[in-house]
Amino acid sequence: MMQQTKKSYLSETVARLKPSGIRRFFDLASSMEGVVSLGVGEPDFVTSWSIREACILSLEQGYTSYTANAGLLELRQEIAAYLARKFHVKYDPETEILVTVGASQAIDLALRATVNPGDEVIVVEPSFVAYSPLVTLAGGVPISVGTNGDDHFKLRPEQIERVITERTKALIVCSPNNPTGTVLHKEELEAIAQIVKKHDLLVISDEIYAELTYDGPYISFAAVDGMRERTILISGFSKGFAMTGWRLGFAAAPAEILQAMLKIHQYAIMCAPTMAQYAAIEALRNGEQDVEYMKKSYHRRRNYFVQSLNEIGLSCHMPGGAFYAFPSIRATGMTSEQFAEKLLLEEKVAVVPGSVFGASGEGYIRCSYASSMEQLQEAIKRMKRFLDRL
Amino acid sequence: MKLTEKEVEIIEILEKDARIPIETLAKMVSLSVDETEAILKKLEETKVIVQYTTLVDWRKVDGHEGVTAMIDVKVTPKRGVGFDEVAERIYHFPEVKSVYLMSGAYDLSVVIEGRSMSEVAKFVSEKLSTLDSVISTTTHFILKKYKHDGTVFDQGDQDHRIVMAP
Ligand SMILES: Cc1ncc(COP(=O)(O)O)c(C=O)c1O
Repeated sequence: MMQQTKKSYLSETVARLKPSGIRRFFDLASSMEGVVSLGVGEPDFVTSWSIREACILSLEQGYTSYTANAGLLELRQEIAAYLARKFHVKYDPETEILVTVGASQAIDLALRATVNPGDEVIVVEPSFVAYSPLVTLAGGVPISVGTNGDDHFKLRPEQIERVITERTKALIVCSPNNPTGTVLHKEELEAIAQIVKKHDLLVISDEIYAELTYDGPYISFAAVDGMRERTILISGFSKGFAMTGWRLGFAAAPAEILQAMLKIHQYAIMCAPTMAQYAAIEALRNGEQDVEYMKKSYHRRRNYFVQSLNEIGLSCHMPGGAFYAFPSIRATGMTSEQFAEKLLLEEKVAVVPGSVFGASGEGYIRCSYASSMEQLQEAIKRMKRFLDRL
Repeated sequence: MKLTEKEVEIIEILEKDARIPIETLAKMVSLSVDETEAILKKLEETKVIVQYTTLVDWRKVDGHEGVTAMIDVKVTPKRGVGFDEVAERIYHFPEVKSVYLMSGAYDLSVVIEGRSMSEVAKFVSEKLSTLDSVISTTTHFILKKYKHDGTVFDQGDQDHRIVMAP
């Protein structure tokens, strides 16, 4: 008899893709009662009422059809005005701005529109978990560059230069960074820009946390001298405006690149959700005060939480932005996975092991401080107890 | 009085939660406990911080439901002292919870708390309307408190987020 093996319908690329390392902890934490979670990568604020109300109004008025592929022109104009006002970068709303389904989709489009098979894309780690898989799915080869915890996870030009080959196409940077909270300052960006120019690289700049910087004004990569022409600026509403569930983001880039992204977008998605687009117009027109309020609140929680971590013996640099603290757990002798699992099982505090975000995140854990002060104080209490017992 | 940024921040935090431990408060504004204590002392002494109070939902306590009324009061201001003297005569009554001078159709807005409607009615007819300068009063009883001083009653801290996300 002939042996028949069942054929797999899956794409080999997808079959080879590693599942996200967060999954196992998610399942474990979800099965437990009384967990204090510092594992959530999103704001603890509900979207402000004026934004929700604007969405309700748009529904009442019957705005329920498709919009232009690139998004409502009115919204693109608001985005252009916002980028100019806050970050001093100018984009033409007609040809250089695309409204997407979250920053997530914008990253995907940026890669698919620019990567040829076999092109190398430099991914700076520790980083958001989606970059490398999206590079792979776009047919590219992700090349990890680890940053150094002792250097506060700053990206240094030498680190990029070391991995550049003739196949290197693009660099993905993210400041403020998830998971480290590290913000790159003007001189640091300029140093990176020099290498980028020298090797004629494209830069995909994930600026989703731009609104949340605490120690000085934010500098967009596109605002660095000579970078606008080679930068795809990606941002959105999820973090700064507390709109994760609305699934709305945007990309801004020189027309040639942006139109290529739009080409994919019009076939794959048509347009971002209409009601969310109307909400976003309100967010940009009248949301600034709410953003400031939330930012102030994160800022205080950061100060409290990071100082407390250091006091209980987890050494942690002061992150300049986002809402993550990334303390070192190396002194405990455990791996970050062991630490996170033991902490969850023994004290019911959920954190994300740093190794999930790349090899250079090993020895660290990501703690989101986008939780109430009560929860943060409770988490510190439990973590102290845990560490004292070790 | 001009306050520093840190002092304003301390006030903003206490306005939301006056029982926050001083060690936590100090860390939130990146000051030492001693520095924070000194600021609190100064704010209390200068009466910028007037009092620390508790927001209570009395409806939940049997026998303490009570009634609250907002009374629009029209008055004739007195030469030289304006509205202040009338306001003072009114705010000294312990059942008066707040008194504001208003622009618009009436002059003073007076909030009264009492055990029952008749108690409030009695106060209005016997104490308030009989004051010389009071021309008229309009009493509105509060039927339900949804939100008070920025706090929504009965809004649990519901966190709809999933426990872990990238
Ligand atoms: C660095 C980074 N980029 C992008 C995203 C995705 O954002 P969006 O909700 O806009 O898709 C996240 C969300 O966690 C993130 O941390």
